[in-house]
Amino acid sequence: MNQSLLRVESLAKSYHGVPAVRGVSFTLERGEILALIGPNGAGKSTCFNMLNGQIRPNAGTILFEGQDVTASSPRSMWRRGVGRTFQITATFTSMTVRENLQTALLSHAGQLSRPFGKANRAFEVEADALLDRVGLRGQADRSCGELAYGDLKRLELAVALTNSPSLLLMDEPTAGMAPKERADLMRATAAIARERNVGILFTEHDMDIVFEHADRVMVLNRGELIAMGAPDVVRQDRQVRAIYLGEGLVHGDLAAAQVRH
Amino acid sequence: MALYLAQFLTGLAGAASLFLVASGLSIIFGVTRVVNFAHGAFYMVGAYVAYTLTERFEGAIGFWGGIVLSVLVVAALGGLVEILLLRRIYHAPDLFQLLATFGLTLMAEDLVVIIWGPEDLVGPRAPGLKGAVEVLGQAVPSYDLVLIALGPLVLGALWLLFHRTRFGILVRAATQDRDMVAALGVNQKWLFTAVFCLGVGLAALGGALQIPRDAVNHAMDLTVIVEAFVVVVIGGLGSVGGAFLASLLVAELNAFGILVLPGVSLVLVFVVMAVVLVLRPNGLLGRAEAPARGTGQMSSRPWRPLDAKAQFIALVAVAVAALLPLWLGPYGLAVGAEMLIFALFAMSLQFLMSTGGLASFGHAAYFGLGAYGAALAVKSLGWPMIPALGCGVMLGLAGAALFGWFCVRLAGVYFAMLTLAFAQIAWSAAFQWTAVTGGDNGLLGSWPDAWAASPRAFYWLSLAVAVGGIGALRILTFSPFGYGLRAVRDSSLRAEAIGIGRRHTQWVCFIVAGGFAALAGGLFAFLKGSVFPDALGIPTSVDGLVMVLLGGVGTVSGSVLGAVVYKALSVWLISQTDYSKLVLGAAIVGLVVLFPSGIGGFFSAWAGRRRVSTRATAAAPVEAAE
Repeated sequence: MNQSLLRVESLAKSYHGVPAVRGVSFTLERGEILALIGPNGAGKSTCFNMLNGQIRPNAGTILFEGQDVTASSPRSMWRRGVGRTFQITATFTSMTVRENLQTALLSHAGQLSRPFGKANRAFEVEADALLDRVGLRGQADRSCGELAYGDLKRLELAVALTNSPSLLLMDEPTAGMAPKERADLMRATAAIARERNVGILFTEHDMDIVFEHADRVMVLNRGELIAMGAPDVVRQDRQVRAIYLGEGLVHGDLAAAQVRH
Repeated sequence: MALYLAQFLTGLAGAASLFLVASGLSIIFGVTRVVNFAHGAFYMVGAYVAYTLTERFEGAIGFWGGIVLSVLVVAALGGLVEILLLRRIYHAPDLFQLLATFGLTLMAEDLVVIIWGPEDLVGPRAPGLKGAVEVLGQAVPSYDLVLIALGPLVLGALWLLFHRTRFGILVRAATQDRDMVAALGVNQKWLFTAVFCLGVGLAALGGALQIPRDAVNHAMDLTVIVEAFVVVVIGGLGSVGGAFLASLLVAELNAFGILVLPGVSLVLVFVVMAVVLVLRPNGLLGRAEAPARGTGQMSSRPWRPLDAKAQFIALVAVAVAALLPLWLGPYGLAVGAEMLIFALFAMSLQFLMSTGGLASFGHAAYFGLGAYGAALAVKSLGWPMIPALGCGVMLGLAGAALFGWFCVRLAGVYFAMLTLAFAQIAWSAAFQWTAVTGGDNGLLGSWPDAWAASPRAFYWLSLAVAVGGIGALRILTFSPFGYGLRAVRDSSLRAEAIGIGRRHTQWVCFIVAGGFAALAGGLFAFLKGSVFPDALGIPTSVDGLVMVLLGGVGTVSGSVLGAVVYKALSVWLISQTDYSKLVLGAAIVGLVVLFPSGIGGFFSAWAGRRRVSTRATAAAPVEAAE
């Protein structure tokens, strides 16, 4: 049988008895881009945090490359080759942009316990290559604390790529970016998925991005998957339109589907 | 049985004052996030003012009126402090307010001596409550019974204030999320002032109510502030109910500790606090602190290793220091060696605080362990100096490994308080374990070997060790390990997501910092030829904190500058004036207001601005070429 990159089976989580995610099952293949969409509070972030090991699920299993990784720590998920970006960017604000990447690269190389040598001389070439990839090369020496929000999002992506992941988890990768930046970032992301055969799972509220770049889309509502399939199929799904996309959506008029926060 | 009941009632009476002080501290911290070190000073001033007023006015109305009046006077004083001082520094880095309020405490200690004299003052007994009530054959002072009733009364009044008034609702809202309260249009300035007055007033009431029980003296601030910290942390920061429970617990532990376990009575409270914090990291009734908004306060310019010019300046400074013995006499050299030792101690704390993001209130524990380890190796084992220093460092490392393992489970103020608890445990061991440590008499006769015995030789040894240690910590800061530490400090979420374990990394940092502090402590034992429990005491920890904050917590090694300035100032002041604390405190407050990012931070910001401007002019042609 063909082994999926990620296989999730009946994943469930509740907070103080209130179910947030109920019996979610899906698979993700190498090189595939899968979008997870749904209204606010549907359980998208909870799903993400369980996959990344930040939250322990109440039930269900997560198989990554055929191995059971349910409830492993974020650290061990990263060592297995899972990269992740956060909805609210989490970067090292006291470092330069390049140093953020150098720290991650040092960690990946298992050299972060070395008590001598200058860290900002390590992996310079690799760091700059990643910065080129996300279009941040010109900002390499700037303090991370003074970056624009869109650039922080790019940096998040670059950091998530430092362990040459086979799976990328991206929680609202383009939130807070200008429309053109969004398209650029997603194009770069899609290129990475194709070239390196990386599976990508992402959540997004921008339906243009979702329907343009995702190979498959799943829709979460109140903790349950209500639809999954090719973008065109999901877009026509009556339940999805009723709950999330809205009835006003007609084919080719996707801009109207942007969710207002 | 009757004896135990009487002791229990004494404990309850003691709990009342403790609760008043601790609840004030808790309320102030909850809203303003200021760790008010001066809270004990306000308690003390409350007692002194109440002493004067109750002496002046006679009768029951005079006594109780005097107490109320003294509360109002001290609360107004608190308001003045908030408006004139704290308002200027709310946006300074974390713990900077602690430094300012520590300066205030120093000033207060001398001011009360100037105004009221150095003798203990015995205040009047409360009119009509001078006698005792017989409970099961034991005499219990009737004033104690009033105090016992007062605790729950104040708790009830505070509950009504916080749940039934608009002010109280604002205070609770601000405790939970002050940014949101400000966004809703509440004038934060006056809310903060009012809360500070309220908290200070409670402290003053606690102090004023003590005058019929205890003599008023000018050292009562430190005892009460440490106990109040313990109570607040056990109860949970910001929780008044928690402060009430915890003050009962602490007061009863104090009352029964002396009766049941006299050998370890001093340490009992801190052991209980450590246990509570390990089991319930947010205290008995505390809730997890809401994550701070925005980026951390440490987002200064990225740190850089010294450039050629700065390296040259450092080299010149070391060369000048090495040449000082040509001019300085034995006394000057001893002071110089002490400065160097404290520069190393401060740098080890700075590594923990600035690079590791872990503000320790009990770093003296490892300094003291190093000192005792070295002195014991000389005294009991007859070892020469260098192996003895190694023994001190090993003891410091072992202590840091043990205590640190628990401490890194917590963060923020709770971390600071647990380090304080462990330092107090170490201090109590040194103080009460007389057979090994000599207790209060200390260990005498830890003199250096012959080759380092002359003041000059010891000075050079101290210089070599300090420069080596500071250099090693700087190298560590810029090494991959240092970056791992900063990663955990900046964002533990991201750090974990790229494979960096927070606890393990911080634990190693704690041990390293403890080891260097122990090295400094060992040298200190040889400098003085003796070790006393003071080496592990709270004042030593606070000295370290002051040096780091003065030097600039946002810098890599500004603490070296902070240590030199602070030591020089305190040594010089003691020789110049009888009121050295007053001047030193005023100097600290002045420095805080003038240099809100520390002296070192000020200089590196100044150098950074210069670098940017030269770079801007140099970069212009390059940009044109592109």
